[in-house]
Amino acid sequence: MENRPLEYDYTVAKWFMFASIALGIVGMVIGVFIAFELAFPSLNLVLGQGLAEYTNFSRLRPLHTDAVAFGFTLSGIFATWYYVGQRVLKVSMAESKFLMFIGKLHFFLYIIGVTAVVISLFMGVTTSKEYAEFEWPIDIAIVIVWVLWGISLFGLIGIRREKSLYISVWYYIAAFLGVAMLYLFNNMEVPTYFASGGIGAWYHSVSAYAGTNDAAVQWWYGHNAVAFVFTVPIIAMIYYFLPKESGQAIYSYKLSLLSFWGLMFVYLWAGGHHLLFSTVPDWIQTMGSVFSVILILPSWGSAINMLLTLKGEWQQVASSPMIKFLLLASTFYMFSTLEGPVQAVKSVNAIAHFTDWIPGHVHDGTLGWVAFMIIASTLHMTPRIFKREIYSKSLLTAQFWIQTLGIVFYFTSMWIAGITQGMMWRSHDEYGNLAYSFMDTVNVLHPYYTLRGIGGLLFVVGVFMWAYNIIKSASARPVEESELHSASPMGA
Amino acid sequence: MFHWLEKHPFLFAVGVFLTIAFAGLVTLLPSFAQTSRPIIGTKPYSTLELAGRHVYIKNSCNACHSQLVRPFKAETDRYGHYSLSGEYAYDRPFLWGSKRTGPDLMRVGNYRTTEWHENHMMNPAAIVPNSIMPGYAWMFKNLADIDTAYAEQLTVAGVFGVPYNKAVPMKDGSSEVVKMGKTVEEARALALAEAKVVAADMKNQDVKDMVAQGKIPEIVAIIAYLNSLK
Repeated sequence: MENRPLEYDYTVAKWFMFASIALGIVGMVIGVFIAFELAFPSLNLVLGQGLAEYTNFSRLRPLHTDAVAFGFTLSGIFATWYYVGQRVLKVSMAESKFLMFIGKLHFFLYIIGVTAVVISLFMGVTTSKEYAEFEWPIDIAIVIVWVLWGISLFGLIGIRREKSLYISVWYYIAAFLGVAMLYLFNNMEVPTYFASGGIGAWYHSVSAYAGTNDAAVQWWYGHNAVAFVFTVPIIAMIYYFLPKESGQAIYSYKLSLLSFWGLMFVYLWAGGHHLLFSTVPDWIQTMGSVFSVILILPSWGSAINMLLTLKGEWQQVASSPMIKFLLLASTFYMFSTLEGPVQAVKSVNAIAHFTDWIPGHVHDGTLGWVAFMIIASTLHMTPRIFKREIYSKSLLTAQFWIQTLGIVFYFTSMWIAGITQGMMWRSHDEYGNLAYSFMDTVNVLHPYYTLRGIGGLLFVVGVFMWAYNIIKSASARPVEESELHSASPMGA
Repeated sequence: MFHWLEKHPFLFAVGVFLTIAFAGLVTLLPSFAQTSRPIIGTKPYSTLELAGRHVYIKNSCNACHSQLVRPFKAETDRYGHYSLSGEYAYDRPFLWGSKRTGPDLMRVGNYRTTEWHENHMMNPAAIVPNSIMPGYAWMFKNLADIDTAYAEQLTVAGVFGVPYNKAVPMKDGSSEVVKMGKTVEEARALALAEAKVVAADMKNQDVKDMVAQGKIPEIVAIIAYLNSLK
């Protein structure tokens, strides 16, 4: 009995994986739709005037961002935690009835929370703060879901066999603590119904901070939500899945130490770069700029550690679509962590801020890094969860190239659009008058908006291929004798 | 030390938390008291304006329009005086936005009229050729939520000391009082009186009829809000 390998229980991981696929499709289809609305505004009325309120760009935009950030990404993070956590701590969920119950409760409350978010955003119930649009009842639900994840996380750590925490676990712990701190402080709000003695809508609240303070707190949150949702837990994934998939050990432990603690310290200062030339104090703005540039060090530290992990094994990039995803993800991580600091330099920001270059930057990070990592992670997990090989390797390779092309379309068109518009806004003619009306700067964007929509569409096609491949793997192929232990046969 | 820390999850978590909390403590706390003071000429929102602000938020206008004029010649030429911190003292939440798909609205009340907004909100492309902004026809039918706006006024007056029913200094040396109802009925009456002023400048007969019957459509509230942005 003692020598029998552990049987891990992937029930909760599996559920979150399917949630991630479903919410990814929802969020990204909405994203493509609103991208085309900007190119072809008549799409705002696609379901007629009666339903225009719900097909309108402005209602759908927060739905898109929240569905991909807190639907697709977060459930992807949870799915990998419930998979990776057991394996690196050498303990099975099945060993604790309590943790199994908490894990399942975590999933169900999460789904209820997501449903409430979708309904409320369609209704226009929002606080307007980006990535924190939810009113106080949903905020409370989110806190409960987060605490449940915390119990799962620390509960599993509490009963672990492997005493030393693997690098991925550091990052999951940091993601848990970071989001908890940021979310609580940014969502300090007073419910007006109770404060006024029962007048008006019960769900409405007013921010505890006013004006400039509110902006400073919001972008401390907004920037670091990117840190602790789109960066930290995604690094947790790559530290586990890249070595597993390639069969290579992590290149340098010391580099991972430096990158982890460096990232933890530096990231939180950089929020001020969202507020350059605004009314927040100058020194906060300057700190934001300076620390954004310093942030290149820990970011590239992780990325270089990943690339060097493949040292001597570069032939895997050609032979394995999985390694392609993982390699390009770390490359996009390097790329967007260089682009971000460039945009945070004050003189560049003067042109880039408020333009399409910003969504361009967001998307090369989220599509190229976050989505690629989640896709690669779920594809590594699928054969082990279902004990079946991936349905089609050639479909996976095709998906890789289609999505990569989509991302290239997206960020190149948004670079050109952003810099063009930024330069047009600020140009004066020889008499010192503004050279262009605002509409001139909108008209010029049409081809780029169209191209961006096509890029997004290509990416979504890839997402459907991903979903199809996983569903087919889970249902159509014969069961393997035992769980796959080493690198995927794909890599061989 | 790090090896040791990796075997002690609790202390590891404490270490991480202290490391990430540090920047927030240093950058956010010290400036809080200074930056939220109103400048002369900044007054709280009236009940109808606040209801209009809620319509603005409900439809995520801030997803495409900023309310932040940066101190560059091109921006002050286009939008007016650059923004000052105190001007936002009564903005809960702030609505600076992060993307200008459409123009800045920080001082839109200085150069657009009620009638312009009325036509533009119904069909933007009819007023601004090639505009990619969608129409907001439902605002002409849906009613503004005056009660919630009043609840918010009571809240900010009670909790944050926003000066309703008090003299607020204006730029020309005079002072103004922004009235807030003592009861919800009084608040509704104040909002309706304001709505009648806005509706008088509008052409849409349905809207005029609704206001005459004592109902306030969202379009009236949001125009009152947009006109207050100066």
